[in-house]
Amino acid sequence: MSEASGKIVGVNGNMITVEFDGAVSQNEVGFACLGDLRLMAEVVRVRGSLADMQVFEDTALLGIGDIVEFTGDLLSVELGPGLLTQVYDGLQNPLPELAEKCGFFLDRGNYLEAIPRGTPWEWTPTAKVGDKVSAGLTLGQVPEGIFQHHIMLPFAMDGNYEITYLAEPGTYRVEDVIAKVKDEKGAEHEVTMLQRWPVKVPIQAYQERLRPSEPMVTKVRIIDTFFPVALGGTYCIPGPFGAGKTVLQQITSRYADVDIVILAACGERAGEVVETLREFPELTDPRTGKSLMDRTVIICNTSSMPVAAREASVYTAVTLAGYYRQMGMNVLLLADSTSRWAQALREMSGRLEEIPGEEAFPAYLESVIASFYERGGRVRLKDGRTGSITIGGTVSPAGGNFDEPVTQATLKVVGAFHGLSRARSDARRYPAIDPLDSWSKYPSVVNPDQIDLARGILRDGTEIGQMMKVVGEEGTSIEDFLVYLKGEYVDAVYLQQDAYHDIDAATSADRQKMVFGVITDILKASMVFDDKETARRFFHQLTQTTKDWNRVDIEDPQFEELKNRLVNMVSEVTANA
Amino acid sequence: MHKVYHRVESIAGNVINIRATGIKYRELAEVTSRSGSSLAQVIQLRGDLVSLQVFAGARGVATDAQVRFLGRSMEVPFGDFLLGRIFTGGAQPRDKGPVLSENLIQIGGPSVNPAKRIIPKKMVRTGIPMIDIFNTLVESQKLPVFARAGEPYNPLLARIALQAEVDIIILGGMGLKHDDYLYFRDTLEESGALSRTVMFVHTAADPIVECLLVPDISLAVAEQFALQNKRVLVLLTDMTNFADALKEIAITMEQIPSNRGYPGDLYSQLAARYEKAVEFDGAGSITILAVTSMPGDDVTHPVPDNTGYITEGQFYLRNGRIEPFGSLSRLKQQVNGDTRSDHRTIMNTMIQLYAGFRETTEKQSMGFRMSAWDTKLLKYGERFEKEMMDLSVNIPLEEALDLGWKILADCFEPMETGIPSKLTDQYWPS
Repeated sequence: MSEASGKIVGVNGNMITVEFDGAVSQNEVGFACLGDLRLMAEVVRVRGSLADMQVFEDTALLGIGDIVEFTGDLLSVELGPGLLTQVYDGLQNPLPELAEKCGFFLDRGNYLEAIPRGTPWEWTPTAKVGDKVSAGLTLGQVPEGIFQHHIMLPFAMDGNYEITYLAEPGTYRVEDVIAKVKDEKGAEHEVTMLQRWPVKVPIQAYQERLRPSEPMVTKVRIIDTFFPVALGGTYCIPGPFGAGKTVLQQITSRYADVDIVILAACGERAGEVVETLREFPELTDPRTGKSLMDRTVIICNTSSMPVAAREASVYTAVTLAGYYRQMGMNVLLLADSTSRWAQALREMSGRLEEIPGEEAFPAYLESVIASFYERGGRVRLKDGRTGSITIGGTVSPAGGNFDEPVTQATLKVVGAFHGLSRARSDARRYPAIDPLDSWSKYPSVVNPDQIDLARGILRDGTEIGQMMKVVGEEGTSIEDFLVYLKGEYVDAVYLQQDAYHDIDAATSADRQKMVFGVITDILKASMVFDDKETARRFFHQLTQTTKDWNRVDIEDPQFEELKNRLVNMVSEVTANA
Repeated sequence: MHKVYHRVESIAGNVINIRATGIKYRELAEVTSRSGSSLAQVIQLRGDLVSLQVFAGARGVATDAQVRFLGRSMEVPFGDFLLGRIFTGGAQPRDKGPVLSENLIQIGGPSVNPAKRIIPKKMVRTGIPMIDIFNTLVESQKLPVFARAGEPYNPLLARIALQAEVDIIILGGMGLKHDDYLYFRDTLEESGALSRTVMFVHTAADPIVECLLVPDISLAVAEQFALQNKRVLVLLTDMTNFADALKEIAITMEQIPSNRGYPGDLYSQLAARYEKAVEFDGAGSITILAVTSMPGDDVTHPVPDNTGYITEGQFYLRNGRIEPFGSLSRLKQQVNGDTRSDHRTIMNTMIQLYAGFRETTEKQSMGFRMSAWDTKLLKYGERFEKEMMDLSVNIPLEEALDLGWKILADCFEPMETGIPSKLTDQYWPS
């Protein structure tokens, strides 16, 4: 492919207009040359011989007539062993290495290799010479931390091939040739462990997409029981500032029952990323006993980093997720926050002087959001195994009002909605997921009848609580008062969870089934009290005991003891039927 | 020598357009006409058409004004000689000191590599119990004060500046009333803190473009001090004026507004400034305390709303007091575990009881009967408001905690507070 070149004819914020010779393609990457600096940019619109490009860096001191070199490639990421534990910016530059090179600041125009070239990998071929293969099929494996990293026929290789050579087991680096294949016309191609893939194109080297059916256990009770997420499903967490979106994402990234977690910190506070960055290597993954960082990749484009790279960062993240899904792994992608990404689209759209939609967001906002979430999903691979990408995105609606375009566009395409409410977070009821407004289309870890019962009580309890504010306790019947207390009870002991307590922070699926069974029995019991004060005191005590129960390890003998105590307490006040 | 242009194509608001070649984006130019000269900055290039934002405002700029490009972007002088000085938003002296042009540094530089940040762990003591106990300020935090016009936010800022244990104070004033500017200057001078302070002040009477420069200049200077291992506190007041200046320029440039006239990149613009708050791995720190006045006391207004998503918490100033509900320091958990063993307990207990007091006053106003418990809460609430919340209270954290115990002991029995008996045995005043 011949690479075009061009000259800058306009600069407006991070958008440059380039007059070019030759052919350029939409989303092609080019470099604007500023002295020795080369600033990466992407074509976003072409009109005649003019290309509008978004620059992924600060554009200060670019001028008319400066040269732009096109590369002929779309914006791509490197895929191969060595991705895990890395911290990248939105363009897949490793940040720690960048810090070594440039010091404290992210100086523009520095692009580093995403995957270290020198690391030795212990290669074991699993295919055989003579095997017929196509893109995405495994040729061999290298151990990467706790996983077997599959080396696959690169996804960009269309058609069918025959393996003509496989390297002997041994130590190789990512750029060494580990296989050769012959295409249908007889031409031979060399294969290394390293491949590149354009971020805005979904990886589809699988057999078919499956319906998400198995639950992805997050160990957050209100999610798994009431508003579950399935492996390969999608969900969103909208909420006003201070409602705990980021804390909820952090908890999920720690405890979720998946193989790999990819965190895309997209236009949010740097401080929060730093917490993850500095704490994850110290934390152990309860599933493997190894450091949590071993299963994590962080894509970090914080709010003060260039806006165009913010837009790229979510695609970089989902492409890495797609790569690991091809190895048959369950990947969780957490994007915080998708609103910042949508705002990056809005800024660019404004500079392109496109006709704006609602709140100046571009008209294509909905389709862009939809196609992003559609990159999630569970698939059957060509060799019969399955893998999945679960996508969870936070949304930061302006003014905490869910009627804004990004929240609404997201709600249309996701399978579960965890709406955070200011009222709950103000009352310190964490996680502040609203139990009445939220919903999920995925199956729960507990029996649906039990949920209906609990939800009914929560709804009625809230209504009665509101009524009581007007008519006072005096004007409420004891039956209604009991429903109110039961609602408050479920809320306090099951929906709320202490993220900072070792045991309470993570409740396994089995434990949820068991505990929720006991609580359902308590909710069903028809209790009798002489007056409201006795009832209130009883529920105070019941709440306290259940909270203690939540804080005891399931293996601890105290666990059974407390459970029996709860059952006894309830049976003492239950009417004999 | 740089080329000089004599023909201004169009003038709109504070933006002038000229035809010129070889110009760089963000380059500075000097615009001279009969009424005086001013710096200007390139904000858009379209072929040979160059849009410049004139710092002193375009008023009086003639169509034959002389425009001389300087070949560099905006810079400010930096050094210890800045201490004790007062400048305008355009970095010109506002005091009687000399014009400075040595050791120039770039403003609006690149952001800090997250890998070079560390988790903040140091408390900033202010002597204000509502901050020290309940929402501890932490070094490298960025925190706005949300307040309606008329609240005493500038005196609050000045007090924190004087009492906070930091090496350098940088005050960035945007759209300040002249009285407020003098208030800051005099207060800092009287207390002797002016010698460790640099002030960049844009008053309401100054050209609006200079308002836009204030945060960038203040933070660029702060960053250099921080790199020299200094602990810097940056005070920015009032960021709503900054946002309004952004709005004004955006509308002049015919950008499509997103929400109530503000440009679509308001979030990114604010974040680029606030994110300069940092604790460097191996150097000093920048803490940012800003004022965001809330038009109509509405927190969903685009400026406070976007700010809330960026900053690490917020203080609500209401009726001259820091409101305990809604106010939040997101970083307080990082430090309040290591101050004194009763810190977190006092913090939680007193707020819970105060919430009870608020509910009781509501009940009281609706005419419901007051129980014995309600009466206790009423007594407690009054004392809490008078002895803790009042902004004139000025005591160190330890004394404030002791005062907390005293108020609790005067109003309640130990068991009524729900505090674990281990702590009441140790601290409950007999």
